[in-house]
Order: sequence, then C-alpha cells, then structure tokens
Amino acid sequence: MSAKKREHVYTRRLDSAFLAVYNGYVFFLRFFREVFKGRMEFQEIVKQCYAIGNKSLLLIGMTGFITGMVFTKQSRPSLAEFGAVSWLPSLVAIAIVRALAALVTALISAGKIGSSIGAELGSMRVTEQIDAMEVSAVNPFKFLVVTRVLASTIAIPILMFYCTAVSLLGAFLNVTLNEGTSFIAFFESAFEQITFLDIFTSLAKSIAYGFTIGIVGCYQGYNASKGTEGVGKAANSAVVISMFLIFIEEVIIVQVSNYFRV
Amino acid sequence: MQEVNQPEAPVINIQDLHKSFGSLHVLRGVDLRVEKGENVVVLGRSGTGKSVLIKIIAGLLKQDRGDCLVLGQEVSTLNQKELRDLRMKIGFSFQNSALYDSMTVRENLEFPLVRNVANLTRAEINEQVETVLDAVGLLQTINQVPSELSGGQRKRIGIARTLILQPEIMLYDEPTAGLDPITCLEINELINEVKEKYHTSSIIITHDLTCARATGDKIAMLLDGQFLKQGTFEEVFNTEEERIKSFYDYNFIQ
Repeated sequence: MSAKKREHVYTRRLDSAFLAVYNGYVFFLRFFREVFKGRMEFQEIVKQCYAIGNKSLLLIGMTGFITGMVFTKQSRPSLAEFGAVSWLPSLVAIAIVRALAALVTALISAGKIGSSIGAELGSMRVTEQIDAMEVSAVNPFKFLVVTRVLASTIAIPILMFYCTAVSLLGAFLNVTLNEGTSFIAFFESAFEQITFLDIFTSLAKSIAYGFTIGIVGCYQGYNASKGTEGVGKAANSAVVISMFLIFIEEVIIVQVSNYFRV
Repeated sequence: MQEVNQPEAPVINIQDLHKSFGSLHVLRGVDLRVEKGENVVVLGRSGTGKSVLIKIIAGLLKQDRGDCLVLGQEVSTLNQKELRDLRMKIGFSFQNSALYDSMTVRENLEFPLVRNVANLTRAEINEQVETVLDAVGLLQTINQVPSELSGGQRKRIGIARTLILQPEIMLYDEPTAGLDPITCLEINELINEVKEKYHTSSIIITHDLTCARATGDKIAMLLDGQFLKQGTFEEVFNTEEERIKSFYDYNFIQ
C-alpha cells in the first residue's frame, strides 16, 4: 500500500471514530430528552427489570460467591505472615464492598445484558420492527431505548447489593471452615471498617455501570445495519465498549470518592 | 348559478423526487399521483428504488430533492408531532411483515392502538382487535406468537396491525413476496377487500404481475429510477418498449 493510500485509510478511520463518538453523544442527549417526554412505559420498564434480574441472578450469585471465597483464600497467607488473620473479615469486606461486588456485577451484566440488548434491538432493526413501530405512530426510542436504559440503571444496583451479600457469604464460609469464626463475629468484624461513603460510592458506581450497559447496548442495537452480521457486531460491540467504559468510570469514581475520604 | 365541480386533490402527489445513497442515484425524478380510493401498483425489478419510494412517503427516509405531498402535507418538512399525526393515517405493510417477535398476535395489534387512541376500555380494545383479525380471517391466531405463524398468516397479521388505526392510505411493500401461488391470490383478494371495506387508497410495491393485475387500478413501471410508463395494466404492457416487454415475458415465463 502506498503512503498516500495508507494515509487516506487512517484519515477515514479517524473520521469514522469521531463520527461514532458524536453519534453516541447525540444518542445520549436524546435519551435525556425523551425520558421526560410523553407517556412513560412503566409496564415495559418493570418487564425489562425482571428480565435483567432474572437473567443474571444465578450467574452473578455464583460468580460473587466464588469471588468471595477465592479472595479470602488468597488473602489469608499474606495476613498470616504478620499474624493478622483476624483482620481477614474486614479486609475482605472492604474489598468486596468498595470494588469487587460492583465490578463483578457490572462485568457479568455487560456480557449478559449488554449483549442481549444489543442483539435484540439489532435484530429488531434489521427485521424492520423498529421501522414498523415508527410508521404506526409509536416512538420506538421511548419504548425500546428509554425503558431498557432505565431498567438496567435500576436493576444493576440491586444485583450489586445481592452480589455483595453472596460474596460475603462465600468469604464467611471460607473463614468459618478455616478459623471456625461464628456468623455474628464474622459480620461484626466485616462491617466494622465499612463506612456510609463506601456503600454510597458502590451504589453510585453501579448506577453509572447500569446506565452505561443499557445505553451502549441500546445504541449499538438501535443503529445496527447489514443484516445478521450487523446483529452479531452490535452484540459484540455492546460488550466490548461497555466493559471499556466501566473500567474508565471505575478509575474516575474511585478518584472522586478518595477525595472525600478522611 | 351553476356549481363548479372542483377536482378532488390527490391523496399522494409526488413530483420530481430524487434520492441517492452515496454515489448510487436510486430515484431520478419520480412523478406519481394517487387519487382517493385508487390502488396504484409500482412495478419494477429488485433494487430499482420501489421500497425507497414508499419509505419516503411514510417519512422513514428523506428525499434529496423534489416534492412528496401526502394528504396535502409535504412529509419532509413535518415536525415530530405532525409526522406522528400523519402516520396515524398511513398503514405500512412490510415485506417481511415486521411483527414484534416477543409479543402475541393480540399484543401486536394492541400495541399501536393503546398508544395512539386515548381512554379505550379493555372491552373496546378487545373488540377492535377481534374485528380486524376477523377482517383478515385469522381470529383463531389471537394468542399465538409470530414464530408459530406461516408466511401468509404473518402477512395478514401485518396488514391487520396497520388496519387497527383505520388508515386512509395503505402502503404494501412486496405483499406476495415469498408466498405460494394460492396464498398470493388470497393476499391479492385481501388487498382488494381492504380497499372496499376501509375505503383506502393504496400503493402496492411488487414485481409480481399477477398481483399487479389483480389489485391495481393503475400501474406505474419504475425503471432506472424513473417511471417509464403509467396507466392501466393493458396500457402499460401493450407497448413496444423492450424493457417493459422483457419484464412482462420474464414474469409470466417464471
């Protein structure tokens, strides 16, 4: 490839990248414009919340439980070196509440819910179901996008609390099997170091992650094209982009929350 | 004093319509009039812009140049609310029916109704859904989902869904595509029944000459982005124009 041709290819790629960012921004603004306009589809929001929760409950439960157990097991030798095994419940609880539960929930949901939203809306787009809504004087954005984004923003924080509880149970099981710590003693010790800021930060993070998963999945699906290939691409991009954004948000929210920590 | 009869305005009036996709110039100055109560069939080979034309009429696409007046309103200049009001008067039957997969037939039909007509009771909704389903002869499928229906049934349900808002204009995109000959005849009959019963004016997009002959009051032959000829079926095909003759011959040999 000649240098001029290569330069042309790079320029086109750069153009399309900027265009994608701009279109995403327009879609994001449209969400806030539409959310307060016209009739609210409460029934569809509840249906989507149920679908999101129901789809992910088992997977998040199992992943959370394993994360709690494995993290406790891996942390024990390091603490044992300093004779500080009794700090294990607090250490594990801080890790789970501050970071692990929200992140595990978000990553599992990005894979499961993000891809499902991307594929569902993508196939609706390529089979003209979205056009059919539009020509029957129904606003497809309000019915499909607003409901799914709101549902994932509501459901993912709930799943995060569920993941926290199950992870702590996993950690407790490991601790009680090794150190014989009672249920009450474990949780007293675990919650000793947890502050309101930790819980609030975790909640804020999972709201942001839920919104991100919903809006990215919807954007990719709603703008899908090129038939079945486009549907696969929409599902795939929904996962990859939302995971990438989740890590960026994690860094930003941790920095902001640390600013408030004494 | 003698009364002067004003000619009724056409329900659809298209003049010098152009539409391109990148370097592909699909419509190159299309003119078309659809009078009240008239079925106009747009014939043409695949990829000649037939579907693009009705998507412009329904406001799904915007033309690059030219006028597209539907019920006296220029579609491309309407705001969201005006477009929504206009779309309530237009029924669009999609080529692949575009039924909502996740909903039953009842929910598919209720969907536009409950969102566009205020203060309907459950009994009224049920009555209207059952009436249109009965009109397309598929009342027994009311609780089925689209995946349980045959191609012909899906087409009929797609038409029923558009009829529920009692449109003034019907746009059919390839209504007989992919169907067996008997089902094609049933769909042709249904299109004529819809016209009689609901007093609609229609544009039927097809490349099926049997469908065109059975349903069209007027035929418009679209070739190379322009209407080559318009008139009755006989007027259009009684020609020496080679491209129209070959389209006719090929269709009937097929």
